[in-house]
Amino acid sequence: MNHRYLPHTEDDVRLMLDSCGLESIEDLYSDVPEQLKFKGEYSLPSEMSEKEVRDFFDSLGEQNNKLVCFAGNGFYDHSAPAAVKSLIARSEFLTAYTPYQPEISQGTLQYIFEYQSLICRLTDMDVSNASMYDGCTATAEAMMMAVANSRKRKKVLVSATVHKKVIDVVKTYALYHGVEIVLIPEKDGVCDKAAFVTMVSADDVAGVIVALRNQYGVIEDYTGWAELCHTHKSLFITNCIAADLATIKTPGEWGADVAVGDAQSLGIPLSYGGPYLGFMAVKKPLMRKIPGRIVGATKDEQGRRVFVLTLQAREQHIRREKATSNICSNQGLMSLYVTIFTALNGVSGLQEMNRQGINGAHYLAEKLVATGKVKLTYPEEPYLNEFLLTTSMSASAIIDKALEEGILAGVALDDNHLLVAVTEKQTVSEMDKLVSVVSEL
Amino acid sequence: MAIYYSNTHEYVKVEGNVGFIGISDYAQRALGNVVYVDMPEVDDEIEAGEDFGAIESVKAASDLIAPVSGTVVEINEALVDNPRLVNEDAMANWIIKVELSDETELDNLMDEAAYKTLCESEH
Amino acid sequence: MNREFYSRLIFELSRKGRRGYKHPDNHLEDVKLDNNILRQSPLELPEVDEPTVVRHYNNMSNNNFGVDTGFYPLGSCTMKYNPKINEEISAHPSFENLHPDTPVKAVQGALKAYHTLQTYLAEVGGMSEFTLNPYAGAHGELTGLMVIRAYHFSRGDLKRTKVIVPDSAHGTNPASAAVAGLSIVEVKSRPDGTVDVEDLKPLLDDSVAAMMMTNPNTLGIFEKNIPEIAELVHASGALLYYDGANLNPMLGVARPGDMGFDVMHINLHKTFSTPHGGGGPGSGPVGVRKGLEQFLPNPRVVKLDDGTYGVINSDTALGSISSHLGNFAVQLRALSYILSLGKENIKHVGPLATLNANYVKDKLKDAYLLPIEGVCKHEFVFDGLIDKSTGVTTLNVAKRLLDYGYHAPTIYFPLLFHESLMIEPTETESLDTLDDFISVMHKIAEEAKENPEMVKSAPHNCPISHPDDTEAALHPIVNYTELTANKEQ
Repeated sequence: MNHRYLPHTEDDVRLMLDSCGLESIEDLYSDVPEQLKFKGEYSLPSEMSEKEVRDFFDSLGEQNNKLVCFAGNGFYDHSAPAAVKSLIARSEFLTAYTPYQPEISQGTLQYIFEYQSLICRLTDMDVSNASMYDGCTATAEAMMMAVANSRKRKKVLVSATVHKKVIDVVKTYALYHGVEIVLIPEKDGVCDKAAFVTMVSADDVAGVIVALRNQYGVIEDYTGWAELCHTHKSLFITNCIAADLATIKTPGEWGADVAVGDAQSLGIPLSYGGPYLGFMAVKKPLMRKIPGRIVGATKDEQGRRVFVLTLQAREQHIRREKATSNICSNQGLMSLYVTIFTALNGVSGLQEMNRQGINGAHYLAEKLVATGKVKLTYPEEPYLNEFLLTTSMSASAIIDKALEEGILAGVALDDNHLLVAVTEKQTVSEMDKLVSVVSEL
Repeated sequence: MAIYYSNTHEYVKVEGNVGFIGISDYAQRALGNVVYVDMPEVDDEIEAGEDFGAIESVKAASDLIAPVSGTVVEINEALVDNPRLVNEDAMANWIIKVELSDETELDNLMDEAAYKTLCESEH
Repeated sequence: MNREFYSRLIFELSRKGRRGYKHPDNHLEDVKLDNNILRQSPLELPEVDEPTVVRHYNNMSNNNFGVDTGFYPLGSCTMKYNPKINEEISAHPSFENLHPDTPVKAVQGALKAYHTLQTYLAEVGGMSEFTLNPYAGAHGELTGLMVIRAYHFSRGDLKRTKVIVPDSAHGTNPASAAVAGLSIVEVKSRPDGTVDVEDLKPLLDDSVAAMMMTNPNTLGIFEKNIPEIAELVHASGALLYYDGANLNPMLGVARPGDMGFDVMHINLHKTFSTPHGGGGPGSGPVGVRKGLEQFLPNPRVVKLDDGTYGVINSDTALGSISSHLGNFAVQLRALSYILSLGKENIKHVGPLATLNANYVKDKLKDAYLLPIEGVCKHEFVFDGLIDKSTGVTTLNVAKRLLDYGYHAPTIYFPLLFHESLMIEPTETESLDTLDDFISVMHKIAEEAKENPEMVKSAPHNCPISHPDDTEAALHPIVNYTELTANKEQ
């Protein structure tokens, strides 16, 4: 017992045991039945020094390929400013608990307030919560909120063009929570509006979930959808990629009641799948239905502007037996990432970042199509920095070949479809290299 | 005007076949500063024993349980802007007005004296 | 520090024309997109330079308390030290830049890290396999209950819709059950806070899907009857779920799997030292005993016969509950922690945490009311001050602690007592820290007698004091736009 994280000396232990009137450490567990006690040693490695830990992860890291990333599929390879990384590492932020004691948590509370403000502005909505786990679970939470809000209806429509991962998670939550999910079919790469009109007109739908940027990279047109939802007393829920909203028409502009999605695109590293950040923002009438934490501004006894967790009774209430959410944390630190990233960028920075991706993707798409090996699956539909290719070769063959050249070519949606994304990080010569890989196949 | 109470601390003041439903003075005191009252819409049907809304204070929130069944004919709009009226006078500031569908349900509720005994026992 | 100048919001520091970051330019032709899909509504975000941003958030952090600042006696939260090497590892460029859809052959190192941690947790939990996909403790609970429902579904048993929880359980348990489509049945506690087995027996029938417990329980008492409870639960056809919130004192002592639990979750941000980050990201891995592995959520990481690692999705799984393999960067931290401790030291974690708790409890029970005597585990509960005549409440004591540079304990939980004050000093707190905390707690007890009004009006030395919660809830101002609109009124 002599480890850098454990401050106890032998003398300390003796003194403390004496103070408790105990003979030995074992006496602390005399109430644990003998047959339940774990005898012997865990089958784990021996203690490592810092250097050995570092070497261990270095050697694991060497088993990952360093790749130029043209994969997207909802999560994008953006560069994070050095200032974000430096500020995130402040231990006052990193090692803080949930801000239940506002007197010593103004740092956390203030950045969450700033985060909520940024999300409201990006989405054009009124109220944002303090964040959720990821875009998939945030969408599932929106589904359950829609059902709770309708009080009686148990059916939610989901466009078949929403990201598959989101649909999978929504379906899982729905299965156990007792919600019926019906997919609105797709037609030519977008959600079939005629089918939507028929389905929502049945007047038994609590919510309709669509994607602003869909699984195929297509930016869909939702003119008239919100109005029709509202006529039939359904909520209109839009899933979106946060960074897109500096460029494309927003959930608020489309008339959505709920905006959800992932904000990984605002400065959060890819980190092989997480942590990311789910966001949720709603129109004012839903303020007391939104799950998760909310920070509000108020005054302290000296009249200073301060921030507190607010509407907590609502949170506690919806957490009881009739709960429609069990979330009791947020992605605190990730919301700080997003806040600092967005502050550093401002509108012009976000639009510049988006423009680089859009220009790059259109350049790359044109070059790839020119090889004659692939074509755009939905050439008539608008896209941003991501597009879907149809290939007569196997999509995984393209990916395998590109891997040999140090390139992640994209994500294979099935054997004939490759989803390719470009951000500000990939250079023209890297794009040209991918083009030459494809043309040589 | 007869007043009846439920064991979940709602009251119903009955005038003919119309009932004014609110929470008792004991309940408002237990809740503390009321900050929000979630009310149903006019024409909604409510059912005895089922929740018809919720009431929130800073530290707690609880369901509003209908003491009787009926149709909502009016909601107390004043509570939207000023929910603290419930704290000021819970009996005067009813939450919803309903047309009773089954007056025999009143037999399952308590009168003032029985309710007082209940509150004392809970204290 | 100039508090007034630096307490402004980032929006209030904005000046038109400033910028804080520069993206590379690929000098490609600008693409013209159709107006109908473009944002038309105005967007106003802060326009700030890099130095302003850095100073803003640095100053903001000074108004925060963290584990690196001082001691958190926060019951049920296991606020142990967050080792620095973990942070270095989690930001390792070989992991940080990995796209989650990279083909498995190009991410063998990451998959090995996931699988290794999974195996280590299974060893410590006494389980067969873990999924690391759940993002937080509550998410783990939900996932675990889904595993249990998927198991019952697979046997064609559709009538099990209830979950039994002790009346002292964490508030999240009922909520997780409700989200999983299950209803709650409460089982009573005996006066010592443990489950009343006689009350449990009649509750167990073929409508019960599971019973959820922590062990030790919320009062820090070990549930001695756990073998009998497990037997009863299993005999009724239900499964036993272990809420890992209180796993820390069991490290090196006993394993949930050996106690008869079928499914469990672990909070990596409690027991395995990953930082709380002001509320997240956490990680809530879920483990199952042999025979339940096929119900774990998709995707699953498996070790293949050739020694490489693969990712599988199966139809028997409960479905998927996350976009990918969970909070991977948090998992790396936990793995780094286990390797740093090693098998020689991890077994001391539980006993030292328990020793710390008993030391503090025994030293303070002359001033604070200890409702349950005897040896506790990692935490214990006081029912406020012994001397109630001063009118000083648990809330007052908690706020006064802030003045002395300590975080507040968990208060008014569990609900079994009116003035609950729950303390959990973890194994990373030194005797010196504990002694100082004890002396401060005694001092507060003295102050309560000598100057109760001063304690009741605490805190006095914090960056802010007595925020108006009622006003915040009555007229919520939840973003900057509302704040400015409110000022103009």
